[in-house]
Amino acid sequence: MKRLVPIVIASIVGFVLILAKFIPPIQSWEENVVLWFDILAVFAFVLGGGNLILNHLKKISDRQAGWGFSVITLVAFLGTLTVGLLKIGVPPNEKYLDYVWSGDYQAEGSAFWWVFSYVYVPLASTMFATLAFYISSAAFRAFRANNIEASLLLMTALLVLVAQTSSGPMLTDFIPDDSSYAIFKVENIKGMLVNLFNTLGTRAIMIGIALGVVSTSLKVLLGVDQSYLGGD
Amino acid sequence: MRIFITLAIIILSGGTLLAQQPTPPTNLKVADFVNDAGDRLQLTWNLSEDDPALDGSDAEDASTEDVPAELDNPIIQYRIDRQTSGDSEFEEVGTVDAGIDEYVAKELEQQKYTFRVIAIAADGSVSVPSETASGTPIVQWIDKSKIAFGIFMLIVCGSVVYFIEMAKAGRTLNVRKIAGLEAIEEAVGRATEMGRDCLFVPGIQDINDIQTVAGITVLSRVAELTAEYDAGLDVPTTRSLVMTTARETVEGAYTAAGRPDLYNPDNIYYLTDEQFGFVAAVTGKMVREKPAACFYMGAFYAESLIFAETANTVGAIQIAGTAMPSQLPFFVAACDYVLIGEEFFAASAYLSGEPQQLGSLKGQDVGKFIAAIFLIVGAVLMTVGEFISPGSEGEGSGMFREVILFIKDGLLGN
Amino acid sequence: MNTIWHKLADLDRRWLFALTFLAIGIPLLTGVVLPQKVSPMVVNVFDAIDTLPEGSSILMPLDFDPSAEGELQPMANAFVRHCAEKKHKIYFMTIWPQGVGMIQRQIALLKKEYPDYQYGKDYVNLGYRPGYEGVIKLITSDLPKLYDSDQQGTPVSQIPMMQGIDNIQQLPLIVNVSSGDPGLKQWVQYAATPYDSIEIVGGTTGVQASTLYPYIPNQMIGMLAGIKPAAEYEKVMFEKYPEIEERPESNLAHIFMTSQEVAHFMLIAIIILGNLVMWKTSGQGGRS
Repeated sequence: MKRLVPIVIASIVGFVLILAKFIPPIQSWEENVVLWFDILAVFAFVLGGGNLILNHLKKISDRQAGWGFSVITLVAFLGTLTVGLLKIGVPPNEKYLDYVWSGDYQAEGSAFWWVFSYVYVPLASTMFATLAFYISSAAFRAFRANNIEASLLLMTALLVLVAQTSSGPMLTDFIPDDSSYAIFKVENIKGMLVNLFNTLGTRAIMIGIALGVVSTSLKVLLGVDQSYLGGD
Repeated sequence: MRIFITLAIIILSGGTLLAQQPTPPTNLKVADFVNDAGDRLQLTWNLSEDDPALDGSDAEDASTEDVPAELDNPIIQYRIDRQTSGDSEFEEVGTVDAGIDEYVAKELEQQKYTFRVIAIAADGSVSVPSETASGTPIVQWIDKSKIAFGIFMLIVCGSVVYFIEMAKAGRTLNVRKIAGLEAIEEAVGRATEMGRDCLFVPGIQDINDIQTVAGITVLSRVAELTAEYDAGLDVPTTRSLVMTTARETVEGAYTAAGRPDLYNPDNIYYLTDEQFGFVAAVTGKMVREKPAACFYMGAFYAESLIFAETANTVGAIQIAGTAMPSQLPFFVAACDYVLIGEEFFAASAYLSGEPQQLGSLKGQDVGKFIAAIFLIVGAVLMTVGEFISPGSEGEGSGMFREVILFIKDGLLGN
Repeated sequence: MNTIWHKLADLDRRWLFALTFLAIGIPLLTGVVLPQKVSPMVVNVFDAIDTLPEGSSILMPLDFDPSAEGELQPMANAFVRHCAEKKHKIYFMTIWPQGVGMIQRQIALLKKEYPDYQYGKDYVNLGYRPGYEGVIKLITSDLPKLYDSDQQGTPVSQIPMMQGIDNIQQLPLIVNVSSGDPGLKQWVQYAATPYDSIEIVGGTTGVQASTLYPYIPNQMIGMLAGIKPAAEYEKVMFEKYPEIEERPESNLAHIFMTSQEVAHFMLIAIIILGNLVMWKTSGQGGRS
């Protein structure tokens, strides 16, 4: 029963929405389902927040290794939630000055905006920026011409890297744009690699993926694959 | 004399005023909006002569002399007025920017509506209304533009279902070996020997992403193995709905493996929706706890390389599976095994070994076959057509133009 | 001699990290700017905005977060400056919650450089709506259903430039800047592809580019992928509107590009070094 009900719901909603795609008067049902998902997602925030609090409270009470970090996590979480919900420091909307809560919670100068600009932005940028460092270590370790395929990959990578610089294209500037050898200019080789070979490969992978999506979705809708519900 | 001068000024200025009034749009047509629920009408008209867009196109055409190069008072908008049958008054229903010669009237009932269009100039003056035109929306119960698409869908889905049924009926199906999936057991075994955990990341998208669902189905097989081997399993998630689903899945897998006692829901937990917060938490865990095997199965973005490089430094064996083409190169460079695109979707069927699941893979091949035929036919037609009589780019030419247009717009359409 | 190669084979990756830091940091601090060669794709994107009649309506969804700001902010700035020079009406929106902050930055830029630009008349901030690509599907047919008010909570009925806007098909161009999903791909799939009246140009990160090239030119006019095309865009813009070049930070992409230039050559050197190490240590290195 625990598995049957979700499968029946998934099947009915799934197949009705597929049909709706072809029947104009009920095409808008899809929009409603999108809105339902948003409503579900709101409950998910509560679920996620609750789990986060429980998990870290448990770590703190068990004095698990690194419980100090859990304290920081909880303080940051509850602090941000509070200043956002209570709209601390938010000026009211210019059109509704009498209503103190009419302003946008992210309005410039508010506490939430401050957290966003001076805590979140630098932290997120820093984490993303670490990617550049990992790329250099991966390039050193993984880009090695062990065999023919790897050598081709290496050559392609080097060419694209050179072409993506400002000075790279200058290497072949001696070839006139209108000569029949123009295809050997660095930027043109890169253009061919990116627009022709890359696009070809990506399209093939995308077609495969699309079919995989169809098949996986069908298995879910037909209840053939129930492993996501905790069983076979 | 003075009266004459005054009169002349009045007449002249009146004339100027008249000249400033923009010319109205012409040839207004109202037609049913095709393939809709019967609540829309499609309006089209010819642009006013004072429309700057018309001016631009005419300027290229040297033969047109009566359109001035610079408009003194160009059109900035068209206002659309509607009269519902039975009402006597027109009411404004919308505006479009200059240069646009169509409008879709919406939220209509199935009755007769009459429309007119008025041009509005930059100085606020309005033209006289265009001639009126009427129409009645009609309900279409089948979206005809999608019929060809529907047939393809039926063929592909039908063949998936057909082969699932064939497999259930006992027909054996051969599926090639996928190295990445063969390695899962080895990885879990190694983690058990080393006494360390297996880390499983089901992507960073929500459960409405099919890649997450595919990742969770792989998780179920990995969890069965960890239950059998008594290895630790750690599943951080970036969405709480994924956490709930993963818990159900893993609990089911442990029960199926006969070890429900080993299941600990605390090992499947929500961290944060924020991408790089999640990255920080997971890589931190990798460095501290040094998992022996890492599985990345789902939708990944920039974090792919950060995960894979960090796990590499702690010596973990890594298996990734994703349908994100942009992240595949990073996984290929840094992981031991990678399931590329459809291999990843095939993983659950492959690992389960159930014939009906393997049947779905065979159905996919039919879809691939159809796609290949279209690719070949399209490429041949375009190439041959181009040789016979070169034409406008992308639309084919000469004798094949009609065929190509039929395939592009009729069959593939929107 | 061999010992050096063996040492290099076991090189602590933190040395590479330090090298990367210097290669990116030093050019940024020097502020040196290199000349750019403009590619045809960038010209196409520029023309898409430039050839529209003055005062056209542009939908500008900024679907990225601070993490991608370094790569995307310069092109977002360039798009906004270009639209403002053309006196286009800009409709800002986002389907990323963190995108709200990104829009605020663009509005700050407008207030600073184009003080005559009026909120509600020349630009509007529709803000964030949850629902991922569902938002796109909805607003292609019904904008007010989701956006009944702007980011500040002002009803759209009180915003002059929202009058008569029922859906985004009425806006002649979408200029999207995005760093992932939902983003440019979804705008192409759910807005530009099904509706012939919707044209789109985009900007995205270098990493995302490979998956988006297949949509050009039939489903998307063109895109800027990463810093290099952004720098080229700046160049085309400076040529047509020279006064922009005078402003502070108007050539951000040019400055960032110098860092990228040095970093690329460093990567090439690292890759060559890695291969030398592999050969000299008789193929013991690396698994791939």
